[in-house]
Amino acid sequence: MAFLQLEGLSKRYGSIDAVVATNLAVDKGEFVSLLGPSGCGKTTTLQMIAGFVEVSDGRIVLDGRDITHAKPSSRGLGVVFQSYALFPHMTVADNVAFGLRMRKVPAAELHPRVKRVLELVRLGQHAERYPRELSGGQRQRVALARALVIEPPVLLLDEPLSNLDANLREEMQFEIRRIQNEVGITTLMVTHDQAEALSISDRVVVMQAGRITQIDEPYKLYEHPRTRFISGFVGKANMLQGDLDSSGIPQIRQVPGDGSLTLSLRPEKIDLVAPGCGRLSGRIVTRYFLGSQWLYRIQTSIGEVTVVRRNDGQAPLEQGAAVDMDWPTELLRVLDADEVRA
Amino acid sequence: MSLLSEMRQGGRGYWLSAPALALYIGLLVLPLGLTLVLSFNVFDYQVGVKSDSYTLANYMAVVTDSYFYEIFLRTFWISALVTLLCVLIGVPEAYILSRMGTPWRSIFLILILTPLLISVVVRAFGWSLLLGADGLINQVIQFMGGRPVKLLYTPFAVVIALVHVMLPFMIIPVWTSLQKLDPTAEQAALSLGASQTKVMRLIVLPQVMPGVLSGSLIVFGLAASSFAIPGLLGGRRLKMVATVIYDQYLSELNWPMGATLAVALLLVNLLVMLSWNRMIEGRYKKTLGE
Repeated sequence: MAFLQLEGLSKRYGSIDAVVATNLAVDKGEFVSLLGPSGCGKTTTLQMIAGFVEVSDGRIVLDGRDITHAKPSSRGLGVVFQSYALFPHMTVADNVAFGLRMRKVPAAELHPRVKRVLELVRLGQHAERYPRELSGGQRQRVALARALVIEPPVLLLDEPLSNLDANLREEMQFEIRRIQNEVGITTLMVTHDQAEALSISDRVVVMQAGRITQIDEPYKLYEHPRTRFISGFVGKANMLQGDLDSSGIPQIRQVPGDGSLTLSLRPEKIDLVAPGCGRLSGRIVTRYFLGSQWLYRIQTSIGEVTVVRRNDGQAPLEQGAAVDMDWPTELLRVLDADEVRA
Repeated sequence: MSLLSEMRQGGRGYWLSAPALALYIGLLVLPLGLTLVLSFNVFDYQVGVKSDSYTLANYMAVVTDSYFYEIFLRTFWISALVTLLCVLIGVPEAYILSRMGTPWRSIFLILILTPLLISVVVRAFGWSLLLGADGLINQVIQFMGGRPVKLLYTPFAVVIALVHVMLPFMIIPVWTSLQKLDPTAEQAALSLGASQTKVMRLIVLPQVMPGVLSGSLIVFGLAASSFAIPGLLGGRRLKMVATVIYDQYLSELNWPMGATLAVALLLVNLLVMLSWNRMIEGRYKKTLGE
């Protein structure tokens, strides 16, 4: 049995289904992300696990113990909130010590533990500061330290990075993963940022309209998205019509409106070759410079195709140029139709 | 260079603030100054105020006469009790208000504020109708077979009416500080193992303390200088400082004595409020940085 188990977990608000019969098993020490657009039920799921939202149906089992109806204070989980939710009237050290004081940990043990966890998040110098004197990233670390110091069985992160600016966000992503590795704590993170979910999770759970639509390792999720929605939400994708040829290999149909299957082709998997040498020809409509990459939009007989090429230091292709495209056919993915509409 | 700093340099800012300054001097500084001067004048029952001779006798009387002593003491214990009751009622009320859903919150906030639109005098008469010897409460007591109780013209009547009038002045500042609270901080405390009462005591209350303190300053100040309610519900016997001042001016016609009492009330009030502010609010200002 998994360490944290959700069994048919559901939440209804009146006639609205926020979360529908969700099953999820998280192993000990695993880092799992709940990924989805806003309103997909990921935060509600997290809040049910934390105990802030009443469960309508189903069970939550933690380490063999049914905590479905336990009070938040008795679950002992570590929670990091989107707004950090620090106590503004307490110093960093008092914020971190709060959970230990609630557990009546004696002072002789409390201070070393607070010190150790502050060093873990690299805030040892700031113990006597107040939250308002810290930067966003530092507040985030305090929130993390406060949740970790009680040594919870599970760490719940609710959009922990969405209030940080882009550079800091990337830094904190790796920082969270480093700390998680060091402590070895089972972690469940809610995010709407697919890059964040892919870069630091062991497994990603994609949610849509209250349901889980795919659970996979980040690489597999990216390479083998199951539905149209996932293909479009996780990374960029060209959605093309096609069908299977006589030997069962997916083929793109070059006549618009033809083909019974939806195929996904990642923009970076497409090669640009000289006109006449590829599978599909087109003309460059626009190009965007993304730093390490060039993004081309190419008009073809079956619609617009997006292609991403590495910026290899050579001059990029000009707008209006005629190009052909080629790709390994095994990288075409057949997508299921979306079973739910977001 | 910006317009603002140009104005500062040219001294034009003073000209722009002149109307407000004139109003301030004309309506506050001047009367206060005149009252202060009046408080040192000699009063004679035969000729009235002698505006050319000065004395400290009025102040000596206030300090030594046990009659005034008693009135000041009563004024301050009633004000302190009113402040305490306003804290005890107003803080939970503001908390409940801040936790209400969208339509109800505005409705109840307006309900709390509407009494401010009704004159204090009208509300005081309302209370005297309720509390009087023949009032509603005594009628009910008699109907139930009890004996009528003296409610009107007691400190009880003054305190209950003052609490009623002052409550919005407590609720509004507390509500404002509650608005600044992050509701997830309470969830965080719960997840860290705090009980609901500990969340209130350790997380919510310390953060709304600045609101509670400024609310108590307003309530205490207004209660200590209140006139209409002690005048109408305290009757002839139960005097507070403001009603005594009124008596001195309009019954005794001893204006210098009234002025002396007014100055003394102002000074004692200032002393109480400033030391209160220093003692407690300073501490919370430091930690909350407001």
